[in-house]
Amino acid sequence: MSEASLTTAIVEERVKPAKRRRAYNVRRLPGFAPIALFTFFALYAPLSILVFYSFNAGTSLAIWEGFSLRWYQQAANNAQVLDAAVRSLLLAAVSASVASVAATMAALATTRTRRFKGRTMIYALINQPLMVPEIVTAVALLIVFAWIKVATGYTGMIYLIAAHTAFCIPFCYLPIRARLETMDDTLEVAARDLYAPPLKVLTRVTLPLLWPGIIAGYMLAFVISLDDVVITEFVKSAGQETIPTYMLGQLRRVVTPEVNAISTVILVAGAVLVTLFFWISRGRR
Amino acid sequence: MNALHSTAAPPSSAAERETAIEARGITKIFGAANGFMALDNVSVAIRRNEFFTLLGPSGCGKTTLLRVIAGFEPPTMGVLSLNGRDISQLPPNKRPVNTVFQNYALFPHMSVANNIAFGLEMLGKSKSEIKDTVTEMLKLVQMEHLRSRRTSELSGGQQQRVALARALAPKPEVLLLDEPLSALDLKLRKEMQIELKRLQHETGITFIFVTHDQEEALTMSDRIAVMSAGKILQVGSPREIYAKPAERFVANFIGESNFLNATLAGDSVTLDAGGRFTVTPPEGVADGEVSVLVRPEHASVRAGEPGAGELAVTVETIVYSGDATTLHLKLATGETFKAKQPNAPAEAGVLPAEGDSAALTIAPGAVTVLKD
Repeated sequence: MSEASLTTAIVEERVKPAKRRRAYNVRRLPGFAPIALFTFFALYAPLSILVFYSFNAGTSLAIWEGFSLRWYQQAANNAQVLDAAVRSLLLAAVSASVASVAATMAALATTRTRRFKGRTMIYALINQPLMVPEIVTAVALLIVFAWIKVATGYTGMIYLIAAHTAFCIPFCYLPIRARLETMDDTLEVAARDLYAPPLKVLTRVTLPLLWPGIIAGYMLAFVISLDDVVITEFVKSAGQETIPTYMLGQLRRVVTPEVNAISTVILVAGAVLVTLFFWISRGRR
Repeated sequence: MNALHSTAAPPSSAAERETAIEARGITKIFGAANGFMALDNVSVAIRRNEFFTLLGPSGCGKTTLLRVIAGFEPPTMGVLSLNGRDISQLPPNKRPVNTVFQNYALFPHMSVANNIAFGLEMLGKSKSEIKDTVTEMLKLVQMEHLRSRRTSELSGGQQQRVALARALAPKPEVLLLDEPLSALDLKLRKEMQIELKRLQHETGITFIFVTHDQEEALTMSDRIAVMSAGKILQVGSPREIYAKPAERFVANFIGESNFLNATLAGDSVTLDAGGRFTVTPPEGVADGEVSVLVRPEHASVRAGEPGAGELAVTVETIVYSGDATTLHLKLATGETFKAKQPNAPAEAGVLPAEGDSAALTIAPGAVTVLKD
């Protein structure tokens, strides 16, 4: 039986390309190849140059003086860079975690409940941070946090964590909700039918199936937090540099390929995370 | 109200003891303002160890009734009891009732064995008991060789068997089946029909089966409830439902039908097209103008002029379907009539041709008076 269906599958697989060739194909439109090539060039040429000069032996960003890892070594030995890197990673990890939990709860509340009045309104409110210009949020947070700092005298990391968590929530919410919407909710009904009380339904059925969505949301939030400049710049207290704000500070002084080296590391880390994100959200369907 | 029910004496008479599920005045309205009435004052008693089918077209409320019994939908009004105990207020996880879902709803992140074990785990059964029951269930549905497979690697028929095993494993009082065969191809469906009957027989569990397929209902059920527009129109054995439908809808939904106008006088009915028949009219039908039903296979046609007791007809179309031939006829009153003749081994040549005048004989006892 399975053999027969396998044969059918193979036959179908062979037939398909022939069918596809006959269908509408944008590749045949004039100018397709040049436009595509130019777009890829525009996307990746600057990045390639950045990565290329991170290996420059000289101090210039424009004159190639031979291959060297000196800027990587310098960055790795720079106490300020290390301090900023640790802070960035910690901030991203904590914010993404808190945001994932909040977003999971929000996603459950907006998909696993009977339709209620104002549900669309709730969607909008959760996703609003995506629409508000970052600079506006940054100024608003600056003002509010300034009051609190004056009132309490506390100037620790909590402000950055709160701010990053807040703007990470919609990025977590979207993949988690998308996953929940594609998940068959009769599975949860079935679990209930098989004597599972509501909490067991959550831990034994909903969460295990939702996991890829949560991981995807977490990674997205992590990358977004790691990358943030504007809000961090406004919210951070003295000495709370993250990698992006440190680099921004460096640009105001002498620019050396050290910045390229740090950027390259972030680029690679980001690419790895996004690839993982893509795999996880595609697999385990 | 509730107190009244809980203090009522335990059921004592034999008839009462036999009832597994009893619905009394179940009404379900979806949506608060100008809501849709999915169930309209439904009362039905389903007996223990019975293969009971809810049959009706889509939107008739059969699945809603099933969901009310499972506890997925609270009834707007009415009382549902199981073995004489009111279960209307119990959540689904506290009802000894399991469901086989239309799309099977197998847990994709668990193996076949873990799917079957799920309900037992939730009931807090011991590890060894779970293991034994899972093995027993796998044997029951002939799936032992696939116990550690992922459910996504199974064919539709295999998933169906796992869904059955999973729902039967906790040994529920009642098994609910929501059109479980509709996703299978015809051959597999026939196999599973027999399989389901066997499982019901072996386990002795009450099966409540929902389908829109009248043939499936007739072949599998001990009793059938025909539903339409949120109401149960008739409950009876397949034979009763087919041979003595109470209403035009039931007759029309199950099998092929001819509806004719007639006049009733006592236990005798005279067709407008001619011919007098002795009948047992259903209660509540008064003498006068009535509708009667004649099944196509209860009438025969021969070429030639009608004699005594025969009706004059004109043959309009002849449809050959292998085992039988159906003749579409026109009666003297202008009413249409389908007559289905089993095909003889050799071409007998007794059938009239299209356009011919012919003689129709309706078998005695073939005329059923309908309520509407």
